Amino acid sequence: MSTSVETIRDLAQQEYKWGFVTKIDEDRVPKGLNEDIVRVISARKGEPEFMLEWRLKALRHWQSLERKEAEPKWANITYGPIDYQDIVYYSAPKQKPALDSLESLDPEILRTYEKLGIPLEEQKRLAGVAVDAVFDSVSVATTFKGKLAEMGVIFCSFSEAVQKHPDLVRKYLGSVVPYTDNFFASLNAAVFTDGSFVYVPKGVRCPMELSTYFRINAAETGQFERTLIVADEGAYVSYLEGCTAPIRDENQLHAAVVELVALDNAQIKYSTVQNWYPGDKEGRGGIYNFVTKRGKCVGVNAKISWTQVETGSAITWKYPSCILQGDNSVGEFYSVALTNNRQQADTGTKMIHIGKNTRSTIVTKGISAGRGQNTYRGQVKIMKSATGARNYTQCDSLLIGEHCGAHTFPYIDVRNSTARMEHEASTSRIGENQLFYLRQRGLKTEEAVSMIVNGFCKTVFRELPMEFAVEAQKLLGVSLEGSVG
Amino acid sequence: MALLEIEDLHASVDGHEILKGVNLTLNAGEVHSIMGPNGSGKSTLAQVLARRETYAVTQGRVLYDGKDLLGMKPEEAACEGLFLAFQYPVEIPGIGNAYFLRTAMNAIRKYRGEDELDAMDFLPVFRERLKLLEMDDALMNRSVNEGFSGGEKKRNEILQMAMLEPKLAILDETDSGLDIDALRIVAHGVNAMRSRERAFLVITHYQRLLDFIVPDFVHVLVEGKIVRSGGPELALELEEKGYGWTEAQAQPA
Repeated sequence: MSTSVETIRDLAQQEYKWGFVTKIDEDRVPKGLNEDIVRVISARKGEPEFMLEWRLKALRHWQSLERKEAEPKWANITYGPIDYQDIVYYSAPKQKPALDSLESLDPEILRTYEKLGIPLEEQKRLAGVAVDAVFDSVSVATTFKGKLAEMGVIFCSFSEAVQKHPDLVRKYLGSVVPYTDNFFASLNAAVFTDGSFVYVPKGVRCPMELSTYFRINAAETGQFERTLIVADEGAYVSYLEGCTAPIRDENQLHAAVVELVALDNAQIKYSTVQNWYPGDKEGRGGIYNFVTKRGKCVGVNAKISWTQVETGSAITWKYPSCILQGDNSVGEFYSVALTNNRQQADTGTKMIHIGKNTRSTIVTKGISAGRGQNTYRGQVKIMKSATGARNYTQCDSLLIGEHCGAHTFPYIDVRNSTARMEHEASTSRIGENQLFYLRQRGLKTEEAVSMIVNGFCKTVFRELPMEFAVEAQKLLGVSLEGSVG
Repeated sequence: MALLEIEDLHASVDGHEILKGVNLTLNAGEVHSIMGPNGSGKSTLAQVLARRETYAVTQGRVLYDGKDLLGMKPEEAACEGLFLAFQYPVEIPGIGNAYFLRTAMNAIRKYRGEDELDAMDFLPVFRERLKLLEMDDALMNRSVNEGFSGGEKKRNEILQMAMLEPKLAILDETDSGLDIDALRIVAHGVNAMRSRERAFLVITHYQRLLDFIVPDFVHVLVEGKIVRSGGPELALELEEKGYGWTEAQAQPA
């Protein structure tokens, strides 16, 4: 395909479009991690005592893990040692924004979100989406709060939730991902700075999509946000999450935790389009995306559905999971993970079946291009109590070019003989014949690749809210530029 | 001016020369058929004309509508109105037929500086052409060629041709794998498309197709060269005497 090489090369040199830096005064703590830093973070946020205690317990646990060198090394990814004392754990725009007014927000930050295509002024937003904007370590704005409040829906930054709804936070924080869960989750619990909080009361169907837009701006900073979503009995909520970061030569750590709680008959739909800076073609820079996401179907007939489109980050380590505790509860995981250039992804899910007649569906699409390495890792566990449990897993890989890799590690653990398990897997390559066919019909090479990849991902994109699906398709096209030549 | 002028075309695949000096001229409004035994280079000719990059042109030139065809990329040739009905149509999972066709049409329209078609403009034409090819409406939303039978795939190629309305259509063994009913439907589709502005290059191994699509000229390709040209009666003669007869003539005197 020699004649298309040049166009493709030009496209490959297009920069990551979200890579700019916003110039703004930061209020940051010194580098390093110790009790003092945790106390400072908690104090800056004016947290109640129970939060500080929880953070300190987490810190001590993390320190014990670090002494034991318990940073997880089992994933199919390689990276140099991370110096946890060389990271800034709290950075906020200096001018503290008033939480209920955009007028007091630094216009630079407002412009940043405009540039990212996320205008924060409500009149410019699509009416159906409320946004919480998290800039470095703090939430800077949340839209449509008033309208949501009328229905009793709480949608605010985590910091605000700690102040205004301490009982809810206390009840559910760590109930799905305890601070002892794993190395990165412990780290997050000690130093997390903000994130979103959602509570949907009994019987309420949240009238709009809720979304959080995460932006890392400051250098040498880690982003450690924490999101907690609680859907009370019979409630429904759909939540979207997007993320970008500037281009920097050093790697930046992002260790987030997301906890979802679905009570009886509640439904939570959680969608992510992850587009952290992936590093350059040689693998310099980029975000280490080490994230723990888990949902718990506490009640009967509850449903939690994860949809993720992972195109960014130098390294992705993430397994959005479902604990299916309530009888008849349902867990779903739909994933598209794309690795180009030197990106690495080790991602998948865990479905833990505890209740009777629990069902889970896993559909993953891994796309590897350039020298990208893409691993699916999934666990389906049927506990003894889970009579009549069912799982369907479909796991497909698509290879573009000669130097990339696709790997699959499914773990299946069945302890109840009534379980029904299905597993399908495939690996394919974009063929020269497919490209030629589409080009013969008038499509340019990159349009042809994009069409084939979008077709491959269709069953996942179908699960995304409309607005996000369009964004995801475009993103995939951009992320693939330069992958064929 | 001729629509297609092939002069002394040589082409090779993986270092093996397959076309060894093809000369051929097509005018708009004409239907030419290329016949020949297996391995004579018929499909190679089709692929080279459609600009497949795995086929290397080593000598010769091709003018298409007055332009240098060999300097074009596949998508440029397509946008200039050259269409290849594939011998082995390719499956594109997850992409609906209608969406695919509309994207292709719009790529071509954009190249020509025309406005893009929206779904409302597209659908009525699409439905009408489906009817022409006696294809089910349900096909609209099925993925391109996925799970299609051999005959459905071939009909789908002709459907695409009918939608894209090319100036030059090359049919590469469209008859292979078709039963007699499907053959009749496909031929009907092609015949409905015949016009003064359009030329066809129909590549086939068997004379059977030419009972339904009657060509103006028949050429016999043997070992990478056209060894005989004539009217439709040449196809009948071939059917009777076999390719051995022309192969003998291919030997230098």
